[in-house]
Amino acid sequence: MPMRGTISIKVLVLALAAALLWGAPAVAQEHAGPKPALQSWSFAGIFGTYDRNQLQRGFQVFRQVCSSCHSASLLAFRNLSQPGGPEYSEEQIKLLAAEYIVVDPADPLSDRPAVASDAWPNPWPSVADARAANNGVVPPDFSVIAKARSVPMDFPWWMLNYITAYQEGGPDYIYNLLNGYHDEAPGGFTLADGQSYNDYFPDHALAMPPPLSDGAVDYDGDVVPETVDQYAKDVSAFLMWVAEPHLVERKAIGFRVLIFLGLFAVLMYLTYKRVWSGVKH
Amino acid sequence: MSGKSTYTPKSGFTKWLDSRLPIIRFSYDTLVDYPTPKNLNYWWTFGAILTAFLGIQIVTGIILAMNYTPTVGDAFNSVEFIRRDVNWGRIIQASHSVGASMFFLALYIHMFRGLYYGSYKAPREVLWLLGVIIFVLMMATAFMGYVLPWGQMSFWAATVITQIFSAIPFVGEAILEWLRGGFAVQNATLTRFYSLHYLLPFMIAAVVGLHIWALHVPGNNNPTGVTVKSNQDTVAFHPYYTIKDTFALVVFLIVYAWFVFFAPDIFGHADNYIQANPLVTPPHIVPEWYFLPFYAMLRAINFNVTIPFTDLVLLDSKLGGVIAFFGSIVVLFFVPWLDRSPVRSGTFRPMFKWFYWLFVIGFIGLGYLGAQPPEGIYVAIAQALTAYYFAYFLVILPILARIETPLPLPASISQSVLDRNGAKQGAGSGAAA
Repeated sequence: MPMRGTISIKVLVLALAAALLWGAPAVAQEHAGPKPALQSWSFAGIFGTYDRNQLQRGFQVFRQVCSSCHSASLLAFRNLSQPGGPEYSEEQIKLLAAEYIVVDPADPLSDRPAVASDAWPNPWPSVADARAANNGVVPPDFSVIAKARSVPMDFPWWMLNYITAYQEGGPDYIYNLLNGYHDEAPGGFTLADGQSYNDYFPDHALAMPPPLSDGAVDYDGDVVPETVDQYAKDVSAFLMWVAEPHLVERKAIGFRVLIFLGLFAVLMYLTYKRVWSGVKH
Repeated sequence: MSGKSTYTPKSGFTKWLDSRLPIIRFSYDTLVDYPTPKNLNYWWTFGAILTAFLGIQIVTGIILAMNYTPTVGDAFNSVEFIRRDVNWGRIIQASHSVGASMFFLALYIHMFRGLYYGSYKAPREVLWLLGVIIFVLMMATAFMGYVLPWGQMSFWAATVITQIFSAIPFVGEAILEWLRGGFAVQNATLTRFYSLHYLLPFMIAAVVGLHIWALHVPGNNNPTGVTVKSNQDTVAFHPYYTIKDTFALVVFLIVYAWFVFFAPDIFGHADNYIQANPLVTPPHIVPEWYFLPFYAMLRAINFNVTIPFTDLVLLDSKLGGVIAFFGSIVVLFFVPWLDRSPVRSGTFRPMFKWFYWLFVIGFIGLGYLGAQPPEGIYVAIAQALTAYYFAYFLVILPILARIETPLPLPASISQSVLDRNGAKQGAGSGAAA
């Protein structure tokens, strides 16, 4: 009698699990458009570190292109010479900062050349100015933009992220967005004045025109291609560093902590075995 | 067991202190000499892990509070300041936010262990009730803590969750305003949440003290559910369980460290790196993962309950959802009296086992559904799983107690250990205990 009950419950359990797994994708088709292509970043995974040359190139793109519209209020000039970042020399940073004129915090009515401790200057005097100049949309601040964006992932694939420690959804999104422009919107899709169609932007109507074009930024030497694809990669990496400046240091400490905990666990296990050796349990 | 104390003070000072404040005797009785069943498995180590995590959260939280600014203008940037410019700030902040997730993970394992092995049954009802109170306090603490970084999800989660109270008839709107300190979530809300977020962990610590006290009077349950019969069945807490708990804690810390150092944002939502903006609603408002099963139950009630054959609404969907939401927690308080089966451990309950695992799968399923948009088949499945959640406690457990024939119980804990080892050796595995 209990046996029969057991079997039917078993069927019920399996049926429910199956319903959960199969029923889910059936309704998950709301955001049409191509899937973003995930990139292999130098800073991905547990061993990943920033590529200093790439950060310097990315900074060049940020400075010459992005920063004419986007602020990065939490980025200070001094950060650019910190270890684990683009690592410009302090001299270079002093000279760079001096090229910018900022409001003097000690005397808000006067301006002065920026110093290393100043934040990256906002291109707009006010939010209203930013909105008026950009098609009614305030260009988002870039301080943590690479953490504030992500790429969608279907169940159950995102569960692998816990094992691979995938944290690069932001740069993947930015890279794809910069490469996702279409010259014309697909048939049936209407864009407002000044908007551009982008595969990866939510709802596809993006107020930012394509910011990059081949050859727009001049890299030193001839090794690195001066293409939109390369610019997009470099600036995405740079923005990841802006959002997560202590990534390399954090992972380095992590290894020491894990090695310590691993050894500690082994010792505790052996002690546990020893302590319990006389007890049947 | 609250047996007789075997502590004998040796030095002059400890004798002097023992007759004035027997704190060493108390510690000895609870942490050293406390007789503990010798057959506890690793599911029993999560009590110690949870205690450790309460400590981790309090210590990291106090350090964060030194650098955090609880105003709507500065909160977001002050958290970024901690991450960027405070020494070790990135790691302390990650330890705290990942710590909350690991705390809840351990808590759910601890609760589901209690539900499987019948640890809520007599004489441990008060122990269970105190545990549910800790759970409620932890939910409140975690929810208010999530608001503090003042990102988009912080703000909108605060808006949605406080909104729940407005469904209460007659006084709902007044309660909502009182909770928020105004008509909307704003500076007054943030400052009071910050204040309470700092207060509640110490209340949790106090209830944890009561919880441990209520554990030490009847003593631990164990995987057989059979009551301790003699000294043969137990070992001293120290060193046997101090070492086992420490080992389990270190293994758990490895998982914790993995996330803190290599994926600190993996439990969060990207939108919370956007500063709160009352004018922009995110497309999907999702709470932290540990609230998702309850959030799914809240949203599953999307229908009005009407009087049959009329249009009179007895219970509108909003209030219905809120009743499901709070009811799902309130029902936990009644579990010791809903499950009247005399057998504690699920191991010896052939029918219970299946309903139990279905309950676990259903709860995880609700967690998955809580993160999905409330539409189409998701709602239908969430409704079915919500119904099962309540049916498990209110219908299945009471009925099972009447109709189920449990398997024969071992005569004692020692006997079950002997049987198990005998079976192992018979099967040729040759494992020594």
